[in-house]
Amino acid sequence: MNTVFYVSALVAILSTVLVITRVNVVHALLYLIVSFFSLALIFFALGAPFVAALEIIIYAGAIMVLFVFVIMMLNLGQRSREEERLSLEPKMWIGPSLLAGVLFSELIYLIVYTGNTAVSSAVEITPKQVGIALFGPYAIGVELASMLLLAGLVGAYHLGAGRTGNSSSVTGDKT
Amino acid sequence: MNEPEQSIILLYLILVGVLLTAAGLIWLERRLLGLWQDRYGPNRAGRFGSLQVAADMIKIFTKEDWIPPFADKPVFVIAPAIIVITTLLSFAVIPFAPEIEIVNLNIGLLFFLAMSSLSVYSVALAGWASNNKYSLLGGLRAAAQMLGYEVFMGLSLAGVIMLAGSFNLREIVEAQRNVWFFIPQFPGFVIFVIAGLAETRRIPFDLPEAENELIAGFHTEYSGMKFGMFFVGEYMGVTLISALIATLFFGGWMGPLLPPLCWMIIKTFIFICGFILVRASLPRLRYDQLLSFGWKLMLPLALLNVVVTGAIILAAS
Repeated sequence: MNTVFYVSALVAILSTVLVITRVNVVHALLYLIVSFFSLALIFFALGAPFVAALEIIIYAGAIMVLFVFVIMMLNLGQRSREEERLSLEPKMWIGPSLLAGVLFSELIYLIVYTGNTAVSSAVEITPKQVGIALFGPYAIGVELASMLLLAGLVGAYHLGAGRTGNSSSVTGDKT
Repeated sequence: MNEPEQSIILLYLILVGVLLTAAGLIWLERRLLGLWQDRYGPNRAGRFGSLQVAADMIKIFTKEDWIPPFADKPVFVIAPAIIVITTLLSFAVIPFAPEIEIVNLNIGLLFFLAMSSLSVYSVALAGWASNNKYSLLGGLRAAAQMLGYEVFMGLSLAGVIMLAGSFNLREIVEAQRNVWFFIPQFPGFVIFVIAGLAETRRIPFDLPEAENELIAGFHTEYSGMKFGMFFVGEYMGVTLISALIATLFFGGWMGPLLPPLCWMIIKTFIFICGFILVRASLPRLRYDQLLSFGWKLMLPLALLNVVVTGAIILAAS
């Protein structure tokens, strides 16, 4: 299991670096999907198959499809690639690298000095246990998340309804 | 329960079985379409056209495998492979008989949902990578359609999961010892079949390739074996959905007299023929009809099914 963890962790880091350095947006998204796969494998190796499955169904299978959908619809071409290339100039790396460096040194500190290493439990967390935890001690979190999602849904509906109302009044087309 | 060597042998047997079935379906579908639409269908190569598959294979393998110069080459090559890989991986969790299963995964059903949600990429990326307006439209349609229908495909299975109390496909089959789930879960069954049709992008949901408006949609630019992979992938998808319908709603391998594997194969073939009958008899939907049907009718129905099933289980316990 440790080997699985290290290999998938390595793939996750490599693919995430490639996400940042790609100039073609769709290629970057594909590497992000690979990074989600390796995250799912890490969850699976740590004994959380339910979370691993949800990682793929929701992140890789739904949210990233929406990203791909939007990018396909915008159909960015050569111009966006040029813009991406500009934003990858060496001096652009300084700020983010500093911030990431701070986080990285914190992580090293926590691992080396406090002895907090990864918990790789051999026990498998079943979907039922996840459900009991979600609707027991964490019920308030679920409610808050659902309210947030409802707000998003109402907002999306408002935007969508406004758009079709306008276009139909202009063109008289009801499709 | 499976030894590793036994699993590997099973893996190859199932792989070959699925590929042969998918190839055979090319012939079966065209024969049945001919029968139901009152025309001949393939009847020249071999007896009843049974060598048609071999002829098709020779044709597809020897055609020029052309990659358009304007296409995004790596994505163009990966896209057809994705659909074959995700569909074949889904077969790993299906229990064909009590002993015949590649992995007995506790999250088997979720694994299938994950793989089916990944198969969207195949079509969407094929459409994008072709760098062709018709393909792009086909890819866009596929992404919106499969994303929408996937949502209630998962929800339609929630009733089955509640009744069986498990995501494990073997336990779901065992839970149907007394009554097959299509009786208590009839709405779930209907919704799953419709979602399955949409996931495999077959008529009446084949908007992504709609040949009369988009030429061939997402695979306009594909030729040779890359096109063949989309083609075979579709038939593997049909086989997969049929096998899942049999497993989830019709008691899987259970049945009197005949050995379990026979029952599984018989049930799967009945549903495959059902899929072909649907194709033979229904017209293609319009795109806005397809989306509003999914989001405005099927999704609320699936949610209602979940609520009612939950309430009944709660009241009974």
